[in-house]
Amino acid sequence: MKCLVTGSNVKVLGKAVHSLSRIGDELYLEPLEDGLSLRTVNSSRSAYACFLFAPLFFQQYQAATPGQDQLRCKILMKSFLSVFRSLAMLEKTVEKCCISLNDRSSRLVVQLHCKYGVRKTHNLSFQDCESLQAIFDPALCPHVLRAPARVLVEAVLPFPPALAEVTLGIGRGRRVILRSYQEEEADSAIKAMVTEMSIGEEDFQQLQAQEGVAITFCLKEFRGLLSFAESANLSLSIHFDAPGRPAIFAIEDSLLDGHFVLATLSELDSHPQTLHAQEEFQRPEPQLQAHSTPHVDLDDFAVDDMDSYMIAMETTMGSEGSRALPSISLSPGLQRPCSSSPHSEEEDDDMEPSTVPGTPPPKKFRSLFFGSILAPAHSPQGPSPVLAEDSEGEG
Amino acid sequence: MPLLTQRIPDENDYCLVASLDNVRNLSTILKAIHFREHATCFATKNGIKVTVENAKCVQANAFIQAGIFQEFRVREESVTFRINLTVLLDCLSIFGSSPVPGTFTALRMCYQGYGYPLMLFLEEGGVVTVCKINTQEPEETLDFDFCSTNVINKIILQSEGLREAFSELDMTSEVLQITMSPDKPYFRLSTFGNAGSSHLDYPKDSDLMESFHYGQICFVEYYCCPDEEVPDS
Repeated sequence: MKCLVTGSNVKVLGKAVHSLSRIGDELYLEPLEDGLSLRTVNSSRSAYACFLFAPLFFQQYQAATPGQDQLRCKILMKSFLSVFRSLAMLEKTVEKCCISLNDRSSRLVVQLHCKYGVRKTHNLSFQDCESLQAIFDPALCPHVLRAPARVLVEAVLPFPPALAEVTLGIGRGRRVILRSYQEEEADSAIKAMVTEMSIGEEDFQQLQAQEGVAITFCLKEFRGLLSFAESANLSLSIHFDAPGRPAIFAIEDSLLDGHFVLATLSELDSHPQTLHAQEEFQRPEPQLQAHSTPHVDLDDFAVDDMDSYMIAMETTMGSEGSRALPSISLSPGLQRPCSSSPHSEEEDDDMEPSTVPGTPPPKKFRSLFFGSILAPAHSPQGPSPVLAEDSEGEG
Repeated sequence: MPLLTQRIPDENDYCLVASLDNVRNLSTILKAIHFREHATCFATKNGIKVTVENAKCVQANAFIQAGIFQEFRVREESVTFRINLTVLLDCLSIFGSSPVPGTFTALRMCYQGYGYPLMLFLEEGGVVTVCKINTQEPEETLDFDFCSTNVINKIILQSEGLREAFSELDMTSEVLQITMSPDKPYFRLSTFGNAGSSHLDYPKDSDLMESFHYGQICFVEYYCCPDEEVPDS
């Protein structure tokens, strides 16, 4: 294998490695016919990230030297990252980067040709490995959002850097809501600060999702792809499904594409909503038309090999029992358009909360920011099949 | 005795007097050797040499020639004292370390001799600060006895290229190997760390090379000891 990256693409490659390093500790490098693939997965198998650099990204690209077996190697992320550690230095001094495999010494050789004729050669040890695959298909996800990275960067700006998880959903007026997610602890006397960002539909290039859908995922992992997308000035697409099913974050341009597949919190994982002041903000939501659950075969997450990793996504859907959905009819008074306050749906507390009497508020996914009895986004006919990932099955 | 009660000395009492219009000329070079807390100062009519040593195996010397100073007088053959370099640097930068363009801090350094503190008068914009730093018994410094006739290879490089290279060295490596050779690789820095080996090559015709004199190929290995002053990579 031999590939040569020149000019500003060296920094792009470095930035991709930085993004991947936010996810996992090992980098899987695989030169394919359609390009060089860099992949990683996190230790709890709840996040997978992959960048594919097309042959045109390189000044020279040779996936496999004739007579040599296809290379698939696994390298310590720390080692590979150390080559590209300083992005500023990459930009300033590195003119060319050559990645090749030295058969004789079993080393992955990364050579940086820098200014003033200086040359840095890194001989990195690697391990042979099986291909790391996570089978996912963005097309199977019913909900899609797409926005320039800049919009999303600004959206996550107010969130504290230490925040682990964030909830993304569609609120009233088809506004995209991002809200910090906190685990409710029963004995938590201190209410942490909750931050919510609301972005109008017009800022999105594509918004294909109904009001009321929402997912919760790890913000830190998402930031990895986001920073890359921002530096490359690309749009980011978010493909998602019901809570618990993985969400796919994708970027692409003519020379590369990147996918981050992150697990989302399932409805059972989220703690029952504490009945407190927020209750009064509950408003009935128009009964969501049940749309067919995309039937994703469990095998879709199967992998080639025991050595490879499965994404352990808990996908328990509605298995709390066959609670009949409160069928709420829209009362005309509640059709009042909300006074689009930019940040909080709860401000419309002049609306009369009208829960269907006798129906306990569903202890579903936190519905605070919709202020509604959130109808789950799938068919309520009978108990839904429990699709649980056998996460214990992996090696 | 408390420093404040000492009488103000006479000009002739000083065995070392040095004046500098811009104290940064002194503080910058002293910062470069500031890897230990104490330093030995050795002044002759040619200038001041400040030496910092670590564990009797590393020595750094800063030579500040008499010509740098606007006024420089040494009364005896030589004047030697040991001083807390951290405190000295703090005093020299007492007006702040980031320079306001156009302003200079002036320095006047006076030393009365053995047993007396080093006195610093610093002035900026009409504000004067007086510092008195206690001095200590000078310690024996290592004499490496570098004899120029024994020099095999000598390379002078512009620091710009080396600085970044050194900051990126793989610190998991126990050794730093320096190779100098008349053939390729002319000048190479190598590390052998957890990730694998890394080599940094400087060609002899590089723009960074100011001079490249070689006689033989040679390798030198430096063993890196864990040191709390080394920043984590």
